[in-house]
Amino acid sequence: MKFTLAWLKDHLETDAPLDEILDTLTMIGLEVEDVADPAASLAGYVVAEVVSAEKHPDADKLQVCRVTTGKEELQVVCGAPNARAGMKGVFAPVGAYVPGIDLTLKKVKIRGVESNGMLCSERELELSDEHTGIIELSDQAKVGVSAADALGLDDPVIDIAITPNRPDCLGVRGVARDLAAAGLGTLKDDTVKAIEGSFESPIGIELRFDADEADACPVFAGRLVRNIKNGPSPDWLQQRLKAIGLRPINALVDITNYISYDRGRPLHVYDADKLSGTVCARLGKKGESFLALDGNEYEVTERMCVIADDAQVLGLGGVMGGEATGCTEATKNVLIESAYFSPLRTAATGRALNILSDARYRFERGVDPAFVLPGLDMASAMVIELCGGEVSEPTLAGAPPEAERVIEFDLSEVARLTGLELGEKRIKQVLGALGFWLSGHGPTFKVAVPPWRPDVGQAVDLVEEVMRIVGVDQVEAKAMSRASGIARPVLTPLQKRVRRGRRTLAGRGLVEAVTWSFIPRNEAKRFAGGGDELELANPISTEMSSMRPSLLPGLVAAVQRNHDRGHRDCALFEIGQAYRGAKPQDQYTAAAGVRAGSAKLEGAGRDWSGAAKPADLYDAKADALSLLAELGLDAKQVQIKRLAPDWYHPGRSGVLQLGPKIVLGTFGELHPATLRAFGVDGSVSAFEIDLDSLPQARRKSTSRGPLVHSDLLPVTRDFAFLLDQAVAAGDVVRAAAGADKALISDVSVFDVFEGQGVAEGKKSLAIEVTLQPRDKTLTDNEIEAVADKVVAEVVKATGGELRG
Amino acid sequence: MSDLKTLETELLAAVEAAADLSALEEVRVRALGKKGQVSGLMKGLGDMAPEERKSYGQNINGLKERIGEALGERRAGLEAEDMAQRLASEQADISLPVRVGPLAEGRVHPVSQVMDEIAEIFGDMGFSIAEGPDIETDENNFTALNIPPEHPARQEHDTFYFGGQPDGSRALLRTHTSPVQIRTMRKEKPPIRIIAPGRVYRCDSDQTHTPMFHQVEGLVIDEETHLGHLKWVLEEFCKAFFEVDAIKMRFRASHFPFTEPSLEVDIGYAKVGDELRIGQGEEWLEILGCGMVHPNVLANVDLDPNVYQGFAFGVGIDRLAMLKYGMPDLRAFFAADLAWLKHYGFSSLNVPTLSGGLSS
Repeated sequence: MKFTLAWLKDHLETDAPLDEILDTLTMIGLEVEDVADPAASLAGYVVAEVVSAEKHPDADKLQVCRVTTGKEELQVVCGAPNARAGMKGVFAPVGAYVPGIDLTLKKVKIRGVESNGMLCSERELELSDEHTGIIELSDQAKVGVSAADALGLDDPVIDIAITPNRPDCLGVRGVARDLAAAGLGTLKDDTVKAIEGSFESPIGIELRFDADEADACPVFAGRLVRNIKNGPSPDWLQQRLKAIGLRPINALVDITNYISYDRGRPLHVYDADKLSGTVCARLGKKGESFLALDGNEYEVTERMCVIADDAQVLGLGGVMGGEATGCTEATKNVLIESAYFSPLRTAATGRALNILSDARYRFERGVDPAFVLPGLDMASAMVIELCGGEVSEPTLAGAPPEAERVIEFDLSEVARLTGLELGEKRIKQVLGALGFWLSGHGPTFKVAVPPWRPDVGQAVDLVEEVMRIVGVDQVEAKAMSRASGIARPVLTPLQKRVRRGRRTLAGRGLVEAVTWSFIPRNEAKRFAGGGDELELANPISTEMSSMRPSLLPGLVAAVQRNHDRGHRDCALFEIGQAYRGAKPQDQYTAAAGVRAGSAKLEGAGRDWSGAAKPADLYDAKADALSLLAELGLDAKQVQIKRLAPDWYHPGRSGVLQLGPKIVLGTFGELHPATLRAFGVDGSVSAFEIDLDSLPQARRKSTSRGPLVHSDLLPVTRDFAFLLDQAVAAGDVVRAAAGADKALISDVSVFDVFEGQGVAEGKKSLAIEVTLQPRDKTLTDNEIEAVADKVVAEVVKATGGELRG
Repeated sequence: MSDLKTLETELLAAVEAAADLSALEEVRVRALGKKGQVSGLMKGLGDMAPEERKSYGQNINGLKERIGEALGERRAGLEAEDMAQRLASEQADISLPVRVGPLAEGRVHPVSQVMDEIAEIFGDMGFSIAEGPDIETDENNFTALNIPPEHPARQEHDTFYFGGQPDGSRALLRTHTSPVQIRTMRKEKPPIRIIAPGRVYRCDSDQTHTPMFHQVEGLVIDEETHLGHLKWVLEEFCKAFFEVDAIKMRFRASHFPFTEPSLEVDIGYAKVGDELRIGQGEEWLEILGCGMVHPNVLANVDLDPNVYQGFAFGVGIDRLAMLKYGMPDLRAFFAADLAWLKHYGFSSLNVPTLSGGLSS
């Protein structure tokens, strides 16, 4: 909402300086977004009179003028055909910056004649596109005064943001009322005089709605003004409109725009000679359309409120009028419309057709229903004043909707909700200044709400009014009560997992990324997602249309982008939400990581101590297992199975399970086809853990239990087995460990070998078995007996044999 | 006697002259070996008178002891020389670079770090952390929050929708964290003190807007909390978060459908070179919206607005992170650019605590 300071002062009697007005506006909820002072760019420009103008000796189209600024007389070379002795114009002295030609003026010689400054056109000052001649000021303009003053531009333009609840402040008067209430001056009297009509309008006005749709337009008033002379509106009106960014069109249209901004009251004017028969408001009919004032043809629907005559649709009620019956300079008779259109229907229509207009903006927020007829009077008076003619009696169809609301208001609500301790007098004074009317005796008053405040309907709305006018800065900060003692922990188990998991993975050299929740659908499909229910109906682009089924696609895409930026070795992780479906329980929290190139735990790339090998499935497995261990899972309980999802390499990936039912996650090298789809060359190893799948840790005592420790030295024995290639090392370890659960404390794999010396299809696997004696040293015989059992168990489990 | 003296002088000289360990061994054998010169002297003892034998024997033993000592000293000296010589040949290039390991490589994203900081501050004030799903219902995101259909505020939310269901409903991506208010109040009885951090989505993308960003919601419901408490909480939060003793803040009236009275909050700042100094200066920066929970919202979750009252606020987490840590571009947050993450990210061991300071 834009207006100028002078415009505000039409309604507000005030001496407050501009800064105070701006600060107050912002503090009471009318946030100032911008202030433009057109005078600032015309600093130094003055009114000058041309004393003489003679032809340039060496140029046909130039004149050599003597101009006086009151202080001095200067010689200026001027190319404008209208420069002549006795005229007054806008003079830019040497040193002034001329915005329209982007030039700072210097003393120059033009075809040999000295020129000291410039007489300017409107285009040169960026006031308009006018450039046929220099600006001609009226005879009354005083030589030597600032040009901004003479041009009526010494008026700051204020732009404020209006929240959707304040349609009353979409008119300058509403803004002035708020400022007056806030103590910045007095609201001037605004009584609109009723205008007597001299004849009855021959144009019928009707409302044609079924009863249940009558709220679309409960009232429609019109007045005919005949024998008018339309034309450009006067300078003051044009200047106001231009200052707030509106283009002056003609007096009739400019009047409606002026009243729209001055009072928040939209109006429409029809060229009465282009109307045929009765004008009515009704719902649209299928197949109807009209050419709107914005030059577009719109098809209307049965849910839109239209204005029509006997021949055609004239416009959309409360949204936009039509071209066919618009007013031009040739208009002789004008029908002025002042109506009330339903906020909801106006909003729906505007949105359906994507029309933004000042009228829609106001009607959809709710205009003052009591101002329908005064608005019509105000417009009629202005038409008569600017265009002449005779005005008819008003024609009225329907009646303004009942706007009277009374609220029971217990004044102690102010203190209860805001902490502000205000007396009855102060509260009454604030509400009174805003147009509310209090009656009755305390503590609960009856408050009548003014018709221009559709947003106020209950006591809390009044509390807000009091608070914002008294000032939020008057509310004193008050400490909240705190639980006695030390703050308790507040995180849920999952929140703790997320936090701990994040720092575990970062501690393993992975860099945390936050990637989009929505990804391209084809990428989602590669990760078992991309279903219809997770597809956005209005995505910002097809690259961001599908809710991610997994965190991996986002990370793999990030690897590809980092590759393009020259980061070949890159280790990334993310902890965040992913979606199996659209229901709340289908959202889960995942932790996923990728290692590309040689981004291994120990370090990446070449090094004098040995170059890092490409990160492989074992790096991903280590990330996953260390994450699970850090989240409290016993690594020995985690089972490793094959058959990871198909975005992984089928032979170099696995599933992490807890028992047969709980799938904790997956790890492995990604399938080459997956990588190709993302444009990644090289291999990428990855893991993903579903943090929701982890069992709840049982609440344990903080005690760790005693350390079971033996003073006896452990004994180790090595075994090498010849096995089929397909035998899993894990099975060998499990079989060996099971040989004597009491004595064997650890089994590790220290060598896996295939090739020379080992038969085709076979592999050699060497394990170290640690025996921990508990209460006495083991004899050689006892050790031998366990060793024999280890061999027997492994052979039984794998069908292999001990290597000689 | 004098021949013993002579022998001693001669042998000590030989010990001293031994150039290495094997030469020294030769000296030892020659002197103290079974057939050595000192042992040879012992053989003469049998022919001596008992008196003479005793004193002579003592002299020989003394000689033996002193030679032994000299040999030991010389051996230690020679061994030390040997080791020094060997170590001198074992010089390594201490300037070679080393791999410093994963702790130096890994990073925590600034958004995560700031969320941890926020949780730390509000945890101290007794707020727990609530969460809700990203895919929400129209009811939770709008209607229950006092934003009925066709409310102009809906258009300002630029909502992402999913396809319509047969029953006419339409899921959406939450446009703010406020639906968590509704979920919490429907589940728990007052007193309630929560914050709800999370991702939110708006169909908007330009220099300063991304279609996904992070917010933290705050909600307090009890029978006494008013606007003064809200001011206090936000002032305390801002001081703690920006780690300053005092902060210039401005509360001004505004409007949100789900709070009334509603406020917007600005913090003062000054721009010094490229740096933003938060908490002082003449410029204002809007950081959050807040207000008293609207009675319609309370009624929508079956809380009696005449009994219960409280406040809610919503802050942009990404924006807080940008202000605190001087990150200029919001879009970079979600680009996963390794160089950016390494520069603005945090070490895994940099866990924010109140006792140790949030950022140090």
